[in-house]
Amino acid sequence: MTRKETVGDVAKESIPLNTGAVIRTPGNTKKYHTGSWRTFRPVIDQKTCIKCGTCWRVCPDAAIYIDKDGKYRINYDYCKGCLICFRECPVKAISKELEQK
Amino acid sequence: MKTVIEASEAVALGAKLSRVKVCPMYPITPSTHIPERISDYIFDGEMDAEMIHVESEHSAASALIGSILTGARSFTATSSNGFELMYEILPILSGMRLPAVMAVANRAVAGPINIWNDHSDAVSARDQGWVQFYVESSQECIDTIIQCYKIAEDKNVQMPVMMCLDGFSLTHVFENVDIPEQKQVDSFLPPFKREDILDVKNPKTFGPIGLPDSFMNFKKQQQDAMINAIDVIKKANLDYKKLFGRGYGDGLIELYKMDDAEYAILAMGTICGTAKAKAEELRAKGKKVGVIRLRSYRPFPVEALKKAFKKLTRLAVLDRHISLGSDGPLFTEINAIAPGLDVFGYIAGLGGRDVTLDHMESVYLDLETGKQKREWLM
Repeated sequence: MTRKETVGDVAKESIPLNTGAVIRTPGNTKKYHTGSWRTFRPVIDQKTCIKCGTCWRVCPDAAIYIDKDGKYRINYDYCKGCLICFRECPVKAISKELEQK
Repeated sequence: MKTVIEASEAVALGAKLSRVKVCPMYPITPSTHIPERISDYIFDGEMDAEMIHVESEHSAASALIGSILTGARSFTATSSNGFELMYEILPILSGMRLPAVMAVANRAVAGPINIWNDHSDAVSARDQGWVQFYVESSQECIDTIIQCYKIAEDKNVQMPVMMCLDGFSLTHVFENVDIPEQKQVDSFLPPFKREDILDVKNPKTFGPIGLPDSFMNFKKQQQDAMINAIDVIKKANLDYKKLFGRGYGDGLIELYKMDDAEYAILAMGTICGTAKAKAEELRAKGKKVGVIRLRSYRPFPVEALKKAFKKLTRLAVLDRHISLGSDGPLFTEINAIAPGLDVFGYIAGLGGRDVTLDHMESVYLDLETGKQKREWLM
């Protein structure tokens, strides 16, 4: 089993190693796609979802957002797969899937 | 101007002449006279600096990070357990490549509680990425503090530097000191400039996480900087000598009567003076003896030392610290770079125990006979 890499990481972005580890372009954490750490992928079933916002509230990484249609979506670039949303969803609208190629 | 002053005052004057701007300090015996004198200079308006009265040495070292990041040349001093309390911040300062300068008035680390001199505080921090000097006289104190900034701020180094002076046996000693002129010091040491500073108009991130994909690269950068420091130290010593007429060996090690010496004592700090006095006495009796004073412990000047060992038959290394369960750290390190040389290791002067001329004579006698009678100079 191999872990599925979503999008790039720091090495691919080739961020310069400045003296003393100074980061001269603040805010570049955004470029670090921590989604590649994920083992399990939470998936929202939009038909079951009652839009209570529990998953959005409990996500420790702000990886759940509301799209323009008012639907709850997961940003897989940053979702580390902690599955707190999966455990807390009151209507079991979130399932987990093993990341594999 | 020549005047008789205490070594602690020479250190404080060195900081003043270096135009230090921020001093986060927490006094501890035997370093206390250093912040006292700096406090006097600031109060009397002779020194344009800010003294931060921090609540601990941990805070003193932490404040160095902030003050240097604002672009201010900074200085502190400590000893023994105060130094130990700074321990967490020492590798952060070097990891962030901040050119702090600190005077360490060497004192035994408790316990038992002991306020007197040995090297157990600073030597045990040898791996924390600080350049370490061990000095011998008040004159060397004032000269070295000024050189410390030159070395720390060199763009090929950018590492913090500590100058270690023996507690009491140097800090509290009054000697004739030639105080350099401010104008001359200014020509030797330009104002502190740093590319990466705290600036609201140009925000940067300082002290971020170093993940496994970069941490090791940053450590390699630090090691390269330390190796670069070897040449920078030599050059600082040479340039200083040109301007002020005083130098200390090649800046890394100082050799005393070593040209044709067969037996030598290697040590750091003030006990080298005792070794030199004994060597002079034995030379008068025709013995070919000498002294190697290690001034720069970090970076460890391997090439300079190897060159100094070339003609030696036997060498004695005096450690004022014991790595409990192993041996004197200086002894083990010297042994590692001198495989063909007969090296005797001695533990001496712990917690202020006197290291006497008689001790030195017994060490030279061991070297001559080739038999080491005792390892601890009690």
